[in-house]
This record gives sequence, C-alpha cells and structure tokens, in this order.
Amino acid sequence: METLHLAGKALERKFHDAEQFYIVEQPTVSGALTEDDTPHLSAVLSASILIAFYTRDGMLYRIVRTFRIVEPRVGSEKMSDLPTSAQVVVIGAGIVGNSVVKHLAELGWRDIVQIDKGPLPNPGGSTGHASNFIFPVDHNKEMAHLTLDSQQQYEEMDVSTFSGGLEVARTEERLHELDRRMTSAKCWGIESWQVSPAEAAELVPFLDESVILGGWYTPGVSVVDSLRAGTLMREYAIGKGALSVHPLTEVLDIEADRGRIRAVVTDKGRIACEYAVIACGVWSPRLARMAGASIPLTPAVHQMIDVGPLEILAATNNEIGYPIVRDMDTFCYERQTGGSMEVGSYAHRPIFHHPDTIPSIEAARLSPTELPLTMDDFDPQLEQALELMPFLGDAEIKYGINGLLSLTPDAMPLVGETPEVENLWSCAAIWIKEGPGTGRALAEWMTQGYPEIDPHASDIARFYPYMKTERHILSRCAEHFNKTYGIVHPREQWETRRNSRVSSLHPITSALGAVYFEAGGWERPHWYESNAPLLEEYRDRIPERPHEWDSRWWSPIQNAEHLALRDRAGMVDLTAFAIFDIEGPGALDYMQHMTVNQVDRPAGSGIYTPLLTEQGGFRSDLTVLRMGDARFRVVTGGFDGGRDAYWFRNRLPEDGSVVFTDMTSALSTIGVWGPDARQLVEKVTADDISHEGFPYGTWKHAVIDSIPVIMFRISYVGELGWEIYTNMEHAPMLWESLWEAGREFGAAAVGAGVYGTTGRLEKGYRLMGAELESEYNPVEAGLARPLVKKADFIGKQAYLAARDAGPAAVCCTLTMESHVSGSGTPRFPMGGNEPILTPDGERIVDAAGRVSRVTSAGAGPSLDAYLLLGYLPADLAEEGLRLQIMYQNELFPVEVARVGSRPLFDPDDSRMKC
Amino acid sequence: MSVFLYMVEHDRGRIEETALGGLTGARLLAEAMGARLQAAVIGEGAEAVAGEIDPYGPEEIHLVRHPMLTDYGPDAWADSLVQLAASVDAAAVMADGTDRGNEVMAQLGARMDLAMVANCLEIEADGAGDGGDWLMTRVRWGGSLHERARLSAPTKLVTLAPHSTEAAPAPRPGGGRVSMFTPSLDESALTTMVLDRVTVSEGITLATAPVVVSGGRGVGSVEGFTILEELADLLGGAVGCSRVVTNNGWKNHKFQVGQTGTVVAPDLYIACGISGAIQHWVGMMNAKNVLAINIDPDAPMVTKADWAVIADLHEVVPAITAEVTRRRGLARETG
Amino acid sequence: MRILACVKRVPAPGAKIILTPDGQDIDAALLGFTVSPHEECAVEEAVRIVEREGGSVTVMTLGPPEAEEQLRSAVAVGADSGVLLSTDDPDWDPVSTAKALAAAVAEMEAGAGRPFDLILFGNESADSCGYQVGIRTARMLDRPIVNGIKGIDAGEGSVTLRRETPSGSEVYRLPLPAVVGVKEGINLPRYPTLKGRMAARRASIERMEPAAGSSGQSKVMLATPPAAGSTVDILGEGAEAAPAVVDVMEGLGLL
Repeated sequence: METLHLAGKALERKFHDAEQFYIVEQPTVSGALTEDDTPHLSAVLSASILIAFYTRDGMLYRIVRTFRIVEPRVGSEKMSDLPTSAQVVVIGAGIVGNSVVKHLAELGWRDIVQIDKGPLPNPGGSTGHASNFIFPVDHNKEMAHLTLDSQQQYEEMDVSTFSGGLEVARTEERLHELDRRMTSAKCWGIESWQVSPAEAAELVPFLDESVILGGWYTPGVSVVDSLRAGTLMREYAIGKGALSVHPLTEVLDIEADRGRIRAVVTDKGRIACEYAVIACGVWSPRLARMAGASIPLTPAVHQMIDVGPLEILAATNNEIGYPIVRDMDTFCYERQTGGSMEVGSYAHRPIFHHPDTIPSIEAARLSPTELPLTMDDFDPQLEQALELMPFLGDAEIKYGINGLLSLTPDAMPLVGETPEVENLWSCAAIWIKEGPGTGRALAEWMTQGYPEIDPHASDIARFYPYMKTERHILSRCAEHFNKTYGIVHPREQWETRRNSRVSSLHPITSALGAVYFEAGGWERPHWYESNAPLLEEYRDRIPERPHEWDSRWWSPIQNAEHLALRDRAGMVDLTAFAIFDIEGPGALDYMQHMTVNQVDRPAGSGIYTPLLTEQGGFRSDLTVLRMGDARFRVVTGGFDGGRDAYWFRNRLPEDGSVVFTDMTSALSTIGVWGPDARQLVEKVTADDISHEGFPYGTWKHAVIDSIPVIMFRISYVGELGWEIYTNMEHAPMLWESLWEAGREFGAAAVGAGVYGTTGRLEKGYRLMGAELESEYNPVEAGLARPLVKKADFIGKQAYLAARDAGPAAVCCTLTMESHVSGSGTPRFPMGGNEPILTPDGERIVDAAGRVSRVTSAGAGPSLDAYLLLGYLPADLAEEGLRLQIMYQNELFPVEVARVGSRPLFDPDDSRMKC
Repeated sequence: MSVFLYMVEHDRGRIEETALGGLTGARLLAEAMGARLQAAVIGEGAEAVAGEIDPYGPEEIHLVRHPMLTDYGPDAWADSLVQLAASVDAAAVMADGTDRGNEVMAQLGARMDLAMVANCLEIEADGAGDGGDWLMTRVRWGGSLHERARLSAPTKLVTLAPHSTEAAPAPRPGGGRVSMFTPSLDESALTTMVLDRVTVSEGITLATAPVVVSGGRGVGSVEGFTILEELADLLGGAVGCSRVVTNNGWKNHKFQVGQTGTVVAPDLYIACGISGAIQHWVGMMNAKNVLAINIDPDAPMVTKADWAVIADLHEVVPAITAEVTRRRGLARETG
Repeated sequence: MRILACVKRVPAPGAKIILTPDGQDIDAALLGFTVSPHEECAVEEAVRIVEREGGSVTVMTLGPPEAEEQLRSAVAVGADSGVLLSTDDPDWDPVSTAKALAAAVAEMEAGAGRPFDLILFGNESADSCGYQVGIRTARMLDRPIVNGIKGIDAGEGSVTLRRETPSGSEVYRLPLPAVVGVKEGINLPRYPTLKGRMAARRASIERMEPAAGSSGQSKVMLATPPAAGSTVDILGEGAEAAPAVVDVMEGLGLL
C-alpha cells in the first residue's frame, strides 16, 4: 500500500482486481472529495481510477466516481487558447459587450479578446431574459438617438420585427403626457398618431376600451432577437480576424498600475492588455472595484410573467403579431410572445440586489439574473392587466421572474473611460433598446476620442464621488424606479439625498426662502420666496402661466428677480461652479492645447473659451483666468464639473509638468450684477473697481470688507458686475457685507432661474448640454472668433475645416408669436426638444441630418418676449422668418428673431461694458 | 453480539437488483459494528431468494411464510417484520431505500413508534457498545445533498441508499442457517395487499437496462425519439428522457430519469440533448459511464460526462447506430 | 369527496445547492420556494378528482409562516382552502411532523363531524426525502395507505390505485377513508391562471398551532456531495465521431 499526501489529505492507494482504486479517507464523513482536490488528482494520475469513500473504521462505503483522466486540468483546451496578451479585453458577452467588439473591429481594432464567465450564446446576464422590445420615442435626445441607432442596427442584422406599439392612457394627465410623446416622436421623425379608445381596440382587439381614455400608437416599435444579434456581432468581429472569444472564463482580478490598466486576470490565465472594457451589466460594479474604479449602478428587479396559451395570439403564427401595449398608468406592459403574453411591471416596490450576491450560474434555478418571482409584489398588476385585457384571465402563468436589470442614480447609462483608471472603459447600465448604439458610441469614443452622438448624459465621468456611494445609488434608484413609465417633468427635482452638497451660504439663502434645484449635486437657489413682494412691483410685466404643467417647478418670482436685477442689482449664489487650478512649467502649453481661444494673455486676463473634441464639436465651454505665468484657474458649470475635471486630468502631460487641483469645494462664488452693482460694491471695498481701473474681461485681487477675494468682471446675464470668489468659509460674511451694502439700492437675491435661463436667453448665451453639444461646432453656435490662434489645440483641424465649410446650421433665437393653444390656454414651452417646423408643419433637418428643435426656452421679461434657442439650417436662418414649434402636440407660431450670437437684449453690451 | 436484520427485497421470488448490494452493505456494517447479520425474506418465493443471497454472507436467513403472504403488501410485510425483529431481538432492522423498502420500513417505524432514517450512504456507531447512537450520512434532494444525521433509538431502523455499495460475495463456510418464521397476521393486513397486476413488458426495463439512451430538450419532438429507440434496441438497452420531455408530452413519465422519475445505474448512459439539470443528474449519477451528445460544449451534462460528442444528436445517433450495425456485420463475417 | 392534500414548502435550487456557512441549512436567500413535485401532483390529482366527483380540496402544510405562499399557490390551481400549521422551527423530524398533521386532521374532522374521504401525500419530500410522513400520519389516523401511486380511480367507498413496477404495475384497492402517497407522473399539474391567482390572494388561510415533539432522528449538518470531477473526453464534433463512440462501447463490452 502506498500513501500519497495531497492537499493535506491522505490518499491510500490500493489494488482491487485489475482496477486501480483510490480510497480517500475523509476528515468529515460526509465532507467527501471536494472540487479543490480533483486538480491535484488529475495532475498526479494518468490511469483510469476509481475514487471511493472510506470511513475511519476501514469500511468501503460508496464508489463515488469513475475518473477518466484524459489530460491534466492544467492543460485543458480552454486554458491553452486563452491569449496571454491583447490590445483590448472586453469583459462581458451580453448585448453590450458583443456590440462593443463588433464596432471596435469595424473601426479597425485587432487583437480583441472577449471573455465572459457564462456560456454562449446566453451567458446568464440580463440580455438572456430581456423582453427585447424597442419603443424608440424618448424625450431625451441622447437616449432617443442611441435607441434609433440600435433599432437600425438590429434591423440591418435581420433580427428585428416591427410589431408596432400602443401606449394607453387611463388618466387625463397621461393623455397630456401622450401629447408630449407625439411631440417627441415628431422631433425624432418617428411616425405615430393618437388613437381613441375604439381605435386602440381595433389595433389590439383583446383590449377593453372602456378602461382607457385614449392612446398613442407608433408602427415604429420593434421586437429584436438580442442573443442572435450578439452572436452575429461576435461573428462579424471574428470574421475580421479581430476577435477571440472565451466563455466560461471568470475574471478574478483587474490589474491597474499607476492609474492605468495593465491586465485582466482570469481563472484560465492572465491577459496583459492596453485597454479593458467592462460590459458586465449588473456585475459591473464588482469588476470595476477590482481595478479600483467605480461603476455606480445597482442590480434591480423588473418583474415579468408569461401567461398562456392564448388562442388569439397563437393564431398569428409568429413571435409577435399584435402591437405591444404599454399600460402607462399602471407601469405595466403586455407583449405577445408566440402563443402567450408577457406581462412586465415597473410598478412594484424597488427591489435591489448587490452585485456580489447574485447567484452563480450553477446555484441559480433559471439563470443568475432570473431570480424567483416574488408573487406578492406582482399580484396588484395581475388585476390591472386583467382589467385591460380580460382574456388573460383564463391563461396560465407559466413563467415568472424577478429579472435583474441595472439602474443608475440618474437613470442614464454609464459609458466612457472610468475617471479612476486610464484605459479602463465602462459600458454598463444599458438596456436592449440602446445596446448596439451604445456599443458603437463606446467604440468610437475609444477610437476617435469622442462618439458621434454626444454622450454627455451617459458619460460615467459625470458623477462626483459621493454620488457613487451605495446609499446614494440606492436612494436615487429607489426614487426613480417607479418613474420608468412615470410622467417625469423636464424640470423635475429629486426628493431623496438632498442637501448632500451645500454651499456655506446655504443657511443665508435658506433664510431668504430659496427654492433649491440640484446642480451637479449642489443645492442651488432657483428662486427666493422672499422676493414675492417684487411680484407686485412687476405685476404688469409677468404673464401668467395658467397651465399647471407649464408652471410646475417654476415661479413667476423668477421673472420678478430678473427685472429687479436689470433695474437695480442682484446677488447670485454661484457656489456650484466647478473650479480647477492648473499650474506648473507646462501649464501654458497644456492650456493652449486644451482651449480654442487664446489663453496666452497677460496675468489678470479672463478668457471665455470653448473646448472641442477632436472632431471639432463642443466638449465644454468655460472661463479661464490667467493667474500668473504658469498658473491658470478654470471656472466651469457645476453640471459639467465631473466631466470637465476628467477631461483635463486625463490629458495632463505624463512628465508631471502640470498639476491639476480641484478647488471646487474650497471656493465659493457670489455674483453681483446690475446697473447699481459698481456703486454697491464700492461701498464695501477700497479697491479701484471703476470701468477704467477694472476693465471688462479682467480679474483682480481685492478686499471686500475684511475678506480677500478675487473679482472677475464678466457676466452671463448681460449686466455690469463681477463673479466674486472667496474661500468657502468666508462666503457667508462676504454675502452679508454685500447684502448690507445692497439694501439702499434695493438689490435682490437672484436665483439660477435668472442666471441660467431668463438673463442668459435675453443675451443669447449658449449653454453646455443644450445648445453646445459635440454634434455642433463653434461656427454653427456663432462662437467662432475672427482669428484662430497659432497654437495647436484639440479639434483645431476640424475647427479650421468648419470655418472653411461654413455652418450647416446656425444657432438662432426665436420668439413665440402666440402662446395661445387650440383650447385657448396660453402655453409656455420649456426647451424639451420641441421640434421647430415649417409653416406647413414639416420637420426641419439640416444637411448633416440634424433636426431643428428647441434647445432652451424661457421668458425674456425685459424684452417682453418668450425666447427659444435652436439651430436652423443655414438657408432658413433668416431674421423675420416665421416658423412653428410643436409643444404638447400643438403648433405655435414663432419668428426667427436673431440669427447668430448677437444678443436681442442690449445688442452692443453697453450695460455690461460701462 | 447483537443482531442486525436485513429485509431482502424480492417480488415473488425474483430478487431486486439492488438487494445484493444492499445485503453487502448491511454485512459490512454489521461487521464494522461487531453485530451478526441476519436476512429476512418475506412471502412467496422466499426459498429461491435464500439460495441467491447465501453467498453474500448472512449468518441466518429467515424465511417468513404465512398463507396470507401471497404477494406484496406494506402492512402484511411490516407486521411480519416487526414480529421477526422482536423474535430475534434485532438491534437494527434494515432494508434498501427503494419504493418497497422505504415503505415497509416507514410502516415499521410507525408501528414501533421509532425513528426510521431513509437512504443512508454511510453509517457508524457513535461510541462503543450496543444501543448507542448511530451517525449516518444520508441522501437528501435525491442525492444532490448529503445530511449528517444522528439516530438515537433502542432499535435502529434504516434504509440503505440503493447502489451505495457494490455487491461483494463473502460466503460463509457451510453457508448461512435457513430458518422459517411464521408471523401472526390478521385480515386487516390484507387491505393493502397487491390486488392485481398489469404486466406491460417482461423485456428490458429502464431501471435495470445495461445501456440507457436518454433524450432531452434537444430531441425536439415525439418523432425525434425514433432514432434513440433504434439505438437502444440495437444495444439491448432502454430509452429514457428528462423532465422537460415529460412536461412537453413527448414521452410518458415512466421514461423519465431523475429525482422524481426512475433512478438508473447502467453501464453506459447516453445523454442526447440533455443539459443536465440537477433533477435529472441525481437520477443517473450512479451510471458507471456517461456519454453526452450535445451541441453545447458547456452544458453541465457535457462537462460532467466521461465522453462527449459536440454535435447535433440527430446526426450523431443514426451514425452510431450505423456503425454498431456495421461492426456487428463484420464480426459475423469474420466469426 | 372531501380531500386533504398535504404539502411541504421547499426551496427551488439550481444545479448547485449552496449551504449556509454553518451547514445547517440551504442558503435560500436568493431561491424561490415551491412544493415537492410529488405533492404538486397530489394537489392536482385532488383537484381533478373533485372536478369529476364534486367535493372540496383542502391543502395543509406544516412550515414557516411564509408557507402560506405555497397554500395560496395550491388555491390558485383549484384547491378550496388552506390550513397552515405555523412553526418557526425549521427542523421537524418525520415523527413529530406526522403527529402534528394527524392531530390537525383529527381536529378538523371533529369540527366537520366527518373524516376526509381521502388524504393525499407526496411519495417523499424533495428536500429531506424521508419517505414516511404520510405513512406515519395514516397509521396514527388508523387508515390504510399505499405509497408510490401513479393512478387513482375514485369509486364508491373505495379507491383503486396503480403503482408502477419495472415490469408493469400493481393494483391496490383501499376502502375509504384512506391515505395515498402519490408520485410525479400521475398527472401533469396545471399552471395557475390569472383568475386563479387572484382567487388565491383572497383565499382565507386557517392557521393552527402544531405541538412540537421529537423522535430519535436529528440532523447534525448538511454537506454538498463530492463534485463529479471527471474530465470529459471529447470524441468529436459531428457524425464522424461515431467510430470513436462505438470503440468506447466495445471497450465497455456492450456490443
């Protein structure tokens, strides 16, 4: 007898007849041989063997298994072909990972390795159980474009069927929302129409028309085979010789070194790589954490059941013969799948899981992301489904799951390079409907520096660190989950996790009755209830907004604050600004490279400049203060702070010659503007702030009261005044000094409703994320300067080409010619992608295929006008031209009041520059 | 020395295929615990069974006969076994964890108001001496989970998991003693006696076939099973199926292999288009060899098999049938 | 016919059962629950008999408060009412379980003034596989029982039962009231309909307090059996693998 000691366990070798026998003495009788033992056995033994149990008293109990050792595990087939290096490792083989590899291959990438811990074609993630339908009409432009691109890609792969889709309304409020749906459909060019209950029942004969008030139908809804699409996309990349695919390969670690990706370590070996993409859906946070990055999403339950058989459905003899019905007010949908109906719900309580506790493929009954249906949560929806479709009553519930999908704090995807780890990219929190398009966008981003569709709302860099914490993610996701089919107002504010980021001025502004809107997480006063008395003063100049929808998240006080600022002076809490200091021997070259406009100006200058993508579109716009030879301060909007910080940091020279410091939380900014601003400030400072001593576009150190400040003479509202920066801890005293000085002038606290909308629009100032998108260039935005600086900068070639080519579209200011709707109620559009139409009601599309739509809208109280910004094709950009806009499915006449950036209010800027 | 009593399962003289392994297990257990193993053979055909089991080493074989014991009946068998156990003062009564074995032993437990531990894989005494506790590993979830259990009882009642011990003869010099035992039974025991029986086939059965050709979702239809049946016939085997097949109505439940179907232990199990869900796996995990035919190389059945062909079963199975036929033809020619 | 079907709430695991760290239980945090497949068939059989013969189906379980879910599921497929013997103790051995069930049956029957004509059990539970609760309960109620039944013919005063054997089937006939342990395959259970599910929501579930006891059997701990650590030999990827397959068969002496 021969004893082998393996893995701490004794193996006794015995011979029994002609067979070889292994008898394992177990430390625990039932513990038996574990998986951990078998590789050792495999490595040592090459013959046919038997493994048997053996109890302590020498009794053979059970032959466990006949082993046939073909080859040691260490050399198994799958291990040996896992490459040891790759240019890019794409982790995940769901719809997203598959789309990423396809588009990377298409854009010329080679040496792509795709891995997934699950099998193919369905690795067990959310793609495998998705309901696979696409309603293309989204109010959000980015999402609408990603969805339309995806829908087209599915169609090109021949894995899509157009079923049509019907949204039904059970309430008046929903009918109004369907008006908005019509409007967005018009904007994106998707055919659709509203239907009466009877017409709805004609389209979907098993629907009980008596429970609905009406509906909205589009033939543009498709059902896709996302698994097949994934296979085709992988095959495309394989066909290009660009891809090797490795299923059943689990990532154990992602190595990053000095902030840069180095390798992906799997259970089948280590792959050194230049790039890695995490496209792991609900598991993504877990993967990101391995590398020290963060992908802020939570796996969340979406319940669905499959009921059938239903003869009327089976009679269509295909996967889907009837339109998909979205029962919007119950947050449910009914989608035919062959002879049965799938009923899905977003109505139940938010149910979240943790990426670390999702079951393995082996431990899951169905798949890791198809968890057992918690029927109690679904029960109320059954009743509602039955109301709408009584024929479901006798159908059997054959399948039901708590399906996992990904939710993010703001309900948008997580795309782009992770700010924490260079060359580690995220493509997560993406649903079937936008999968292929988002994969394409990511591939373009990795290849060309930026995608064609402006991804700013999906950019993973948009989050500030606190927004990536579990509590914040879960709170926000819980808040918006039931809004999946909800009616979300364009200005709607979050309720949870407020006051996460407050200015030191917050106690003061609170005392003034500030109504806060969230801006980049900051609590930013939008208007002040304490200004209600101004309404009396300006009563005649503030039109009423009788429609509740138009006046929601709005106050006439905004207009009153505007007028007070223009008449006297206003003080604005601008703490939400993101501020970066950039310094070091390389700072000038670096800043010149980053910006379009000349920043090599004397210390004391302040420069407004766009930042471009390589393709010449807007990446950001901001102001730069030249602080010294090798020192710059960048001031940008709170909404874009995270993305801009990433853009700057990511492009710092590797030699360390430039240092980036985020000063946002150290500094507070108070704006003082208005005709009385100089007199007001003069009361509390001894410094020379005369027009001659402190010209427009310059900054100065100064002392206000006893507080050291930096004053920058600039204005986003078109009035004389300054942005005044001071240390966060001084801000309350600075405010009180100015406030005290402002009493005699009747200065008002003014909110962002004026700063960001009314004041801005009267001056025709463009806003990043609205007018300024990567899809438009400075020539089109009217922000091109007469001269181009010599220094090279990002996007320069494209910018020069755009200057040569001239604009395909021009940013214009339009005025509403009438507010009166068909019902006689005055309406006030809010800049939510209302399409700009010809007098005949036709969409307007420029030569580059971009649709004309309202990008910003708001009152112009000093102009006694209602102002809209939007791009018009060059040939329609003609002042005085009359067009229409659609708002809530009604047409309103508008006039092109200004082509280009010359302000409607104070066109010569005389008020600002006096 | 205490007596362990093992009930040999048979059907009117035809011994169950699990019984010799069970007897071997019982003998090993008795030896390990220093007990004497006696066997009980109840009802008609007992004499024939006694001859078959003798080489496996029971010290004594009790032929339990009574005019009412003409066939199987859980009450009649349990009444008989209770009386026999009492008469030999059995410290333990055992049977196999089969339908009948578990049924009779459960009835025994109910009659004696004692625990009965079903489907044990391993048993050991916790400490020395008669009457002490037993520790056992028993089967849960049809075999996908094991339970370590403790049994405290003056008389230990257990069943042994089928196929947990390979039959190994251990003849006693001169053979075991054979004795007769006549229980006293009353009419009520006849209530649950087999009244009649329907014989479907005397041929090869799923439970005992040396080869099982089994089909799953991949077979696709009722008609798809034809090629499986051809191969099974050729090999002298039986056709089986997975639960999906039964649920789809392609095959009757009696073909179902699995935790809630038939448990099989053939020499070769050919799994055609079966993914290998746990339900199914526990029904065939005692197969001595497994061949999987599946288009999915990552199906659990494939990864757990000894051999696999990664291909469409509709192509492979007929090719195998043809190859077997061809070789047999060759063998005949050369023979 | 008044029929009682007894069921047990069990987790519905995947291909690999995960245990809690202390080995005392299955980690069911992410698992759904169901009843054992045999019992699902028992409920279905009860509903079918009542659909044919008239009567009522009561479903009873001994289990945690959450087992109400399984009773409602039974109502959703046609049972009339549910009785929950509610307990927080997860480890009821077969003897104690049978005692509690028998006591509850006696109480219900005393209340109704007559016995259940038929009590159905599953052949064995999916999780603990004890093969005895039905038999013990029947014995305590002094009623005949046969286990492993795959066919029930309800007649006047008796039921005729069919039990499969490897070569065919055995026939039993029990006078009523009787107890039967059924096996999967006796029928193909239906899925609940939407209406059924809604009726189940409204169904009243009677709760009773079971008296705990103990017998000589106790669980020490659970363990996952050894992994089948074979390395698979891929014989081919198409019909051309047939000779290799037949080589294997020859090697095993099967030709």
